[in-house]
Amino acid sequence: MRATRGAVWRARGPLLSRIAAAVFGGYALAVLTSVATLALPMGTVEAVLTGMQASFVVYAAAVIWVFAARSARRAWLGLALAALPLLAAACWVWRMPAA
Amino acid sequence: MLGLEDAGGMTTAARSLRQSMARLHTWTGLVFGWVLYAMFLTGAVSYFREEISQWMRPEVPALAQLPDAAVSAALAVASLQGLAPGASQWVIDLADERRNVVAASWRAGAGAGDGRAMLDPLSGKPLHARETTGGEFFYYFHFSLHYLPRVAARWLVGLATMFMLVAIVSGVITHKKIFTNFFTFRPGKGARSWLDAHNMLSVWALPFHLLITYTGLIALMTLYMPWGLDSAPDAAQARQSLRAEMTALMPPATPRGTAAPLPDVGAMVREAERRWGIGSVARLVVDHPGDAASRVKVARSEASRVSVSPRYLAFEGPQGSLRQVKDHSGPAAETRGVLYGLHMARFAGITVRWLYVIASLAGAAMVATGLVLWTVKRRARRGDPERAPAGRRWVERLNVAAIAGLPVAMAAFLWGNRLLPVALADRREWEIHLFFAVWALMLFHAGARPVQRAWTEQFGAAAVLCAALPLWNICVGGRHLFASIRAADWVYAGIESALLAAAALLAAMAMKTARRAGT
Repeated sequence: MRATRGAVWRARGPLLSRIAAAVFGGYALAVLTSVATLALPMGTVEAVLTGMQASFVVYAAAVIWVFAARSARRAWLGLALAALPLLAAACWVWRMPAA
Repeated sequence: MLGLEDAGGMTTAARSLRQSMARLHTWTGLVFGWVLYAMFLTGAVSYFREEISQWMRPEVPALAQLPDAAVSAALAVASLQGLAPGASQWVIDLADERRNVVAASWRAGAGAGDGRAMLDPLSGKPLHARETTGGEFFYYFHFSLHYLPRVAARWLVGLATMFMLVAIVSGVITHKKIFTNFFTFRPGKGARSWLDAHNMLSVWALPFHLLITYTGLIALMTLYMPWGLDSAPDAAQARQSLRAEMTALMPPATPRGTAAPLPDVGAMVREAERRWGIGSVARLVVDHPGDAASRVKVARSEASRVSVSPRYLAFEGPQGSLRQVKDHSGPAAETRGVLYGLHMARFAGITVRWLYVIASLAGAAMVATGLVLWTVKRRARRGDPERAPAGRRWVERLNVAAIAGLPVAMAAFLWGNRLLPVALADRREWEIHLFFAVWALMLFHAGARPVQRAWTEQFGAAAVLCAALPLWNICVGGRHLFASIRAADWVYAGIESALLAAAALLAAMAMKTARRAGT
């Protein structure tokens, strides 16, 4: 019984992992995009609007990537790589002093 | 898709990409298909929400001729002085080609609560018609559903929209033969035919689907993606400025506290029409009407431009001096204005508006054929429908109630508008309760009847309900189809003709499903 359950998890695990990567990882990447655009040299409102509008494109692309990647591990890895520069920019935004 | 298309001559990597995309497409499509179908169908009719609202208020006569905007605005203001003198803000939406009333609403102030009224565009006097949500019901249901908390419902809708976006992109990747799909339809071949229909509907209107899905997300993006705004160094100020880039409707500033008469709004409307042209003013927003710090925004109509970015003149003080001309938006704000505008199609004339409706119906049909395909393919694989696994039986019945049951409920909503007593308390709500009660009944019916019969009966019921509405109006007299045509009331005649066309379409579906059940 336990062996069967283990086999089921081995089979389902990567799929569940991909779904999580797509739904939550993709959203996280979109959020980072929407924050990172505030680092661009433009007015705050323009930057906010640019980030919001771009974020959905990023989200869709991230989901496609997650299911196109050869393995769940590579899917997460790709998301993490894409997140790094965005995270750096976002950190810079979060530390900006109030004008 | 899955096993139905040959993958010969492709590399392993390309094949596995297409396979995983196909799987993604199938399952996301199933999970959100029902919500998306309802969004497409109610969204389609929402392109005529003003016209539906007119039809649902038969007591309000058609406007033979549009009144002068300046006169109409001044009359509405005079009326509001009596209706809501202490309000902190009045919003006045003038009549236009699509709306035969002046819609006024106000925000609480000293000695007044929030409220709304419909005013006669010619006299400014309050109009009395049956209580109804009108076409607004379909419009709000389209993105806020009903009964659920608003934010939760909109997140659900957003999630479905996001999945739709993914389904579109993954669907495109799945279909290597996208241009062949354009012309391929092989009827009478079970799953193959459903797949062809699904592909054809998808590919025909693909640019529209992509546009409407992405712009739908843009429409509610401040809800779905607030994080950039929250992260702005001065978030409160940024929120204020962001809103000002999205709408002319801003909360009023603080009043001065000294009374002063409101200057003549007619002159303000004339000034706006001098700049933008006759008939270009859609809305007036009056802040603190009785105060020395009054402010009147005269906002430009969206009927003659694609973008919905706010454009207005702001007049201030007892002299009504022009203080602000909002005639410019930044590139990102204008992009949002155009995208949102493309979703709402307020710019559209009658031809483009119908194209929007047809494309949306094609969208609904695309989702519906996809949902049916899911069950047909599994039936083909497993054989005997009576011994189908419970999951598939559920999907089949939910498909019936979602696809054929919704038009029944929508027609019932219109019937409720005609049949519920005019004096009924909370009449507005009861029309909506009736819609959901009938939809629930359809779900029950789909569960109780053999599946093929349920399809036929529900499409048939929807067809009868739609066709009988114009007939009922002829029987009870008043504004029926022929009278409307004679009076050149094209809004009324248009709605009733559209009901007959919908009935014909639904009857054709009923006959189609009946024939399938017979074989």
